[in-house]
Amino acid sequence: MSEIHLVVNRGNAGDERGWDESFYVRASKGMVVLDALWQVQEQVAPDLAVRWNCKAGKCGSCSAEINGYRLLLCKTRIDSLPAGQPITVQPMQTFARIKDLVTDVSWNYEINRALPPFRPRESSDWRWFQRDITRVQEMRKCIECFLCQDVCHVLRYQRTEKPRYAGARFYVRAAGLDYHPMDDRDRLAYLREEAGIELCNVTRCCTEVCPEGIRITDNAIIPPKERIVDRYADPIKALLRRMLRR
Amino acid sequence: MPETTTQCSPLLAQFGEGGLGQTRRPDRWWLAPASVAVGLAAFAAYSTWAALSGENYTFSPYLSPFYSPNFHVPRIHVSPALLVLWAPLGFRLSCYYYRKAYYRALYLSPPACVVSEPVRDYRGEAGILRWLSIVHRWFLYASILVLSVLWLDALRAFDFNGHLGVGLGSVVLLLNAAALSFFTFGCHALRSAVGGNKRCFNCSALGHIRYRSWRAVSYLTSRHPFWAWASLYTVALADLYIRLLSMGVLHDPRVLL
Repeated sequence: MSEIHLVVNRGNAGDERGWDESFYVRASKGMVVLDALWQVQEQVAPDLAVRWNCKAGKCGSCSAEINGYRLLLCKTRIDSLPAGQPITVQPMQTFARIKDLVTDVSWNYEINRALPPFRPRESSDWRWFQRDITRVQEMRKCIECFLCQDVCHVLRYQRTEKPRYAGARFYVRAAGLDYHPMDDRDRLAYLREEAGIELCNVTRCCTEVCPEGIRITDNAIIPPKERIVDRYADPIKALLRRMLRR
Repeated sequence: MPETTTQCSPLLAQFGEGGLGQTRRPDRWWLAPASVAVGLAAFAAYSTWAALSGENYTFSPYLSPFYSPNFHVPRIHVSPALLVLWAPLGFRLSCYYYRKAYYRALYLSPPACVVSEPVRDYRGEAGILRWLSIVHRWFLYASILVLSVLWLDALRAFDFNGHLGVGLGSVVLLLNAAALSFFTFGCHALRSAVGGNKRCFNCSALGHIRYRSWRAVSYLTSRHPFWAWASLYTVALADLYIRLLSMGVLHDPRVLL
C-alpha cells in the first residue's frame, strides 16, 4: 500500500505564519484528505487541530487550502491530487488562526447579523410557484464553508477598521432573500452602501471554488449590480422615472 | 454594519503585500491570463488594421461584418467601419465576461484566483468603472441593431445576382451571425431586463413570458464565455475570408440552386 506525504501548516493563535510539519500516512482506496489527517491525529499528533463535522460535504466545517486550492478536506480525494508529490494543507488565509487548521470565522457572523432579514409580506396567502422559488433554492444550497470568502481578493486585501465589503457568502444570502416571492424588504441600499457589492470586479473566483456549484457571480452578484444601475445610476431610467412621475 | 475589525492574518502580508504573483498554487496559473492577453491582443491588432484599411471588405454578394451596416457619410473621409464598430466594441469592452477577462489578464486584479496582485488602492467597480455597467445596456441595444443588419447580410449572401445559391462565404457569414447572436442574447444585462430583475415572475405582468425569456437568456448566459470567444473569432475570420476573396487570393466555392 502506498504512502502519502502530508505537509501540514501548524501554529497557534497569533502565529499566522506557523510552521510546516511533515507526516507520512498509509493510503487506502477512496481516501480523502480528512481521512489522512485523522490518521495523523490517531497515530502521530493527537494535538493536531482540524475542524470537521459531517464528513459528507454538507456542514461546511472543514474548509482549508490543499496544494494552494480552496477545498473541503472531506470532499478532496487523495487520488485526485498529483501522485508522488507532498500534499500541503493550510488553514484558510483570510481568517485568523485559532490553532493549526482551525480559523476564526466569527467575522462572517457579524456581517450576517447586519444583513436585513426576511420580512414577510402582509396579507399574503403564502402560496407560490416553483418558477419563483428555483432561484431561492439555489442560494439556499450554501453550506457556509466560507471558501468564497477565503478566495476573494477584495476581502483578503480589505484593510479598513470597519468592513466595507461583505463578501460573496452574504451576496448569496441577500439574493436568496431578495428572490423570495414572500419577502417585501428592499436590500439594494444595504448591498450598495454597506455591503460594498460594487467593489466586486466579477472575476468569478468565488464561483470557481463553491463546493455546492452555486453560480454566485451570475446569480447573486451581477443581478443586484444590474438592479443598482437601474435604480441609482442609469440616467435614462432616471429621466423616464421623473417623466412618468409627472 | 457592526463595528468589527477584519481578521486579516499575517499570512495575508506574506501572500498579499509581497507583490505580484505569489501563491502556493503548483499549477501554471499564468497560462490562462497569458492566453487571454494574447487572444485579445491578436484580435485587437487584426481588427484595428482591418477597420482602418477601408478597402477589400466586400466581394459580391458578401460584405465584411466589420463594415456592416455600410455607411458612407458625405464629406467625411474615414473608413466606414469606424462608423459602426463603436457599438460592438463598446458592448464587448463593457461585457461582464470580458471585464473578468481583462481584469485578470491585463489589470492583474487578480491575475488568477489566490495569486497575489500588485498593491494598489483598490476601488473595484465603485468608482469610474461603475459606468461600464451603465453603458453596457446602451451598447447592448445598439449591438442588437447591428446584429439584425448582419443577419440581413447573411441572408443576402445566398443571393447570387438573383439566383439562390450557397457559397462558402454564405456559410461563413451565417455562422458568424449565429455566433454573434448566441453571444449577444446571453448578455447579463439582457437577462436582467427580460425578467431577472423581478422578485416574482408569477406576480409580474407577462410573468409567463418573462420567465420563459429569462430561462432562454440564462441558458445562453451560462455559456457566455464560450460564445464571447467564438464570436470574436468568427467575426475576424469572416472579414479575413472576404478580404482574401476580394484580393483574389482565394476562390469561393459555390453551388447555384
